[in-house]
Order: sequence, then structure tokens, then C-alpha cells
Amino acid sequence: MAGSAFLSILRRDLRLAFRRVSEWANPLLFFTAVAGMFPLALSPDRLAMSPGEGELYGLQSLGIGVLWMAALLSSLMGLDRLFLNDADDGSMEQLVLSPAPLLSIVYGKLAAHWLVSALPLILLVPVFGLVYQLTADAIAMLAFALFLATPALTVLVAIGAALTVNVRSAAAVIGLVVLPLCAPILIYGARATALALDAESAAQPLYLIASFTFLAVSLGPIAIAAAVRVGLE
Amino acid sequence: MSELFAMGGDGPYVWSAYGITLAVVIWNVWSARARLKRNLRAAESVSATDEPTRRAKVSQL
Amino acid sequence: MKLPLWFHRFGSPPYVYGLANSVAPWLGGAGLILVAIGSYLGLAVAPPDYLQGDVYRIIYIHPQTAYVGMMAYTLMAVSAGIGFIWHIKLAHAVAVSAAPIGASFTFCALVTGAIWGRPTWGTYWEWGDPRLMFELLLLFLFLGYLALRASFDERDKADRVSAVLAFVGIVNVPIIHYSVLWWNTLHQGPTISRLDAPAMDTAMLVPFLIMVAGFTAVFYWLLLRRLQGEILEREQGTRWLRDFVRGTAA
Repeated sequence: MAGSAFLSILRRDLRLAFRRVSEWANPLLFFTAVAGMFPLALSPDRLAMSPGEGELYGLQSLGIGVLWMAALLSSLMGLDRLFLNDADDGSMEQLVLSPAPLLSIVYGKLAAHWLVSALPLILLVPVFGLVYQLTADAIAMLAFALFLATPALTVLVAIGAALTVNVRSAAAVIGLVVLPLCAPILIYGARATALALDAESAAQPLYLIASFTFLAVSLGPIAIAAAVRVGLE
Repeated sequence: MSELFAMGGDGPYVWSAYGITLAVVIWNVWSARARLKRNLRAAESVSATDEPTRRAKVSQL
Repeated sequence: MKLPLWFHRFGSPPYVYGLANSVAPWLGGAGLILVAIGSYLGLAVAPPDYLQGDVYRIIYIHPQTAYVGMMAYTLMAVSAGIGFIWHIKLAHAVAVSAAPIGASFTFCALVTGAIWGRPTWGTYWEWGDPRLMFELLLLFLFLGYLALRASFDERDKADRVSAVLAFVGIVNVPIIHYSVLWWNTLHQGPTISRLDAPAMDTAMLVPFLIMVAGFTAVFYWLLLRRLQGEILEREQGTRWLRDFVRGTAA
């Protein structure tokens, strides 16, 4: 019973997402704008991060930071979509009241959100890796680290969304809670990419990201389910 | 006394740390006390008007 | 399940208010005396450290404020959890009271740590250092809890939603504690661990422990005072409060 609830919610949310194209396309466009416009704000002679290093090094280092930050912010943009649509038209209450376990429903929603928001991002980011002249190793590492990290980001953003589903200005909570929670992922993801750029082993940060994701994906949905229930009381 | 103040050259570090800690404690004391006073005053003004009271919410154990 | 009477009493606002009123002054007095003695011993009596000289004396306030912050968060998360599960308003009141105290002490820990870091590690702050990051996250969790509460008009809703947040954040406390063991950080290892003998010299250990006890007492004193204010705010208009105020005025 639980498995079929997960699948049916997954299918439902995917179908809804394909109907409302702008909802998942907007965060990607946002990412494109941020990542693409950043180089415009940089003057070439300031790109060398230290004397003696070529300007390539500076551009690459900046690129790592910009790409990760833009990916993070783009994930945040998908926040509205997660629960607000369902809460608005009353289907959230139906889902909570249904005999299917709320946890399966939450996992289904999270899976659909990841497929629609994170997967395109993982495919898009390497393209911008070329813009910042990252090496093939670094781009591959970037995509892989994002693949490992985005489930955790999805869960963390979903926690923020579930807590603020009926709140007018969610900005305060998002800023204060979700972003700092995502900070470790940001730091270690950037570190992994930088290590790959220097052709060194990025095993340590990758392990850390994987453990964050494992922790978030196993424990987060419990909190999300509780928050959704409370939000509807 | 002056060597207590100087702390072997690290005086500013030590004393600013202690000072900030003291300030935080004082803020907490002042904040809690102001809130208590404000609420007591509000309670007094309510009781003076002899309004009908509401039943206190009993915790469900 | 028949619970003992004293357990029910702790769910009663007037009882807790009265209890706080009687206990708080003693905690406050004891706390301030302990902190005064500890400060004197730590600043004037304890010998200088052979490595750090006199600046090590921040050890008598920095770990204590950090410890109070973590204790405050644990208390906040547990009370919020109790309030959430068993619908006890007073438990939420405790959580709300603990939050600003915990936030300010965590801020204090970060600042005193930064001040201490400058002469000893050479830097005020290090992004990416696990212990610093997670302590900063603790501060954000406190502020997030308060900000989330503020965004709801109904106090009941605010209590319950923010309880979920408080509970989610509890994982941060053991992470902060074990961060020095799990990762290579700038921070030194734990000074006092339960199993080993403390690494500190007795002349330094005594003021250290006195300050721990003093700060703990001060925390609970501040908590009780704040809790009293919170109880009054929630119980405006009730009969017991009216009688209480009239009784004290008479």
C-alpha cells in the first residue's frame, strides 16, 4: 500500500509539473541568468587571485563558488511549488486525510520535485562549467557532487516550505534556517570541486555530502510530515 | 593592579571578552525584568476594571 | 495511567509562576556569587598559561557561554517537543523563554571565541571550520525559531509549528559537541570528558568548574524570570491572575 501511494503521488506531481511549465522552468532560468551574468561583472585584470597565477585560476575559483551558490538559490526558488499549490486548492487536506501514510506521500512529492528541479540543474551546471573554463574533471565532479547533494537540498528546502506553508512572509525563515542548514553542503561541494580542479582526491568532502544526504533523506521527511500536519490544523 | 589590567599585553582581548559576556547577562536580566513588569502592570489594569474573567486553559495531561 | 500529583502541578501556570518566584532569587544569588568568585580566581589568582600567557583566561567564560547555549537549545527542543506531543501550553512557554537567552549566550560564545582566536590562532573566524559553523548554525536556529513564531498570528499555531523547527535542529547540538572529535578543527579537544582525568591543572580547573556552575545557575535564574513574564502574558484575563494581582496589591 505504501509503495503504491509513493508511486501515485510521484506520477501525479510529475504530470502536474509538466502542465505548469513555468514553475520548474523559472528556477532554471534564474540559475542561467545568475551564472551567466556573473562574468560580466568581473574585469579581466582582477581575475588573477594571487600574483603569478594566471587569470584562468581566478575565473575557475570564482566559477566554483558562483555555480554552487546559484544552484543553491535556484533550489530555494522551487520552494513555493512544493506545498503551496496543493495547500491553496485544498488537495493538501485530502492527502493528509487519506489512508495512505503521509510519509509515503511526502517522499513521493520530494522525488517528483527532485526529478523536475534538480535533475535539469545537474545537466545544466556542467554547461556553465565550460563558461568558467573548468577542467573536464572538475565539471564531472561538480555534476556528481550535485547529484549527491541535491536530495539533501530538496529535503532541507521542503522543511522550510512545510513550516511556512500558511505564512505570509516566509523570507525570514528561509534566510535564517534553510540557508544555514544548506551551508555545509555548499562548503563541501565547493571543496570537492576545487580538489578535482587541482586533480586531487575529493573523497573526503564527497563522503561528507553523502552522509548529509543520507541523514536528511531519512530523517527530514518525518519533520516535513509533522510540519504539514501542523500547518493544516 | 595594572598588570591585572594589562594581562601581559593581551588586556584588550581578555577584558573585551569579559565585558561582552557581562553585557549579554545584563541585557537578559533587563529584558526579562521589563517584560515581567509590563505584564504585571497590564494584569493590574485588567483586574481593576472588574471585567469578567475567562477560564484558564487547563492543560490536558 | 495515573500520574503523581506533582507532575500535574507542573502543568499549572499559577503553581509554576509561584514556584519560579520563590526559587529564582536563590538561583540568581548563588549564580552571581559563583560567577564573581570564579572570575576573581580566574582573572587574578590562577597562574598564566605557559603557552598562551594571560589571554587563556577567556577559558573561564567562553566554554561556559557555549555550554549554556547548547543547554538552552536542548531545553527548548525538549520542552517544545513535550508541548507538541502532550499539548501542554506551559512547555511551549518554557521553550519560548529559553530561546532569547540561548541566542544571546550563543552569540556571546561566538564573539568571545573570535576574540580568543585572534591572538591564539591568528584569525577571528574561519569559514569551513566545523565547530564554528555549527555553533553559528545554532544561533540561526534560535533566531529562526523566534522569527517563525513571529510570523503567525495565533499563538497556538506559532507554538506548534516552531516546535517542529526546534525539534529538527536538536541534531545540531551533538554535532557541535563531537565536531572536535570527528573533524580536524582549529578548536582544541574537549577539556572535560567524563571518563578521563581532566587535562587542566587544578588551579585552573577550580575556577573553570565554578564558572560552569555559576553560569548554569545564572541561566536558570534568567529562564525562570523570563518564564514568569511569558506565563503572565499567556494568562492575561484569567481569574487566578486577577486574584493574584489583587492579593498582592491588598
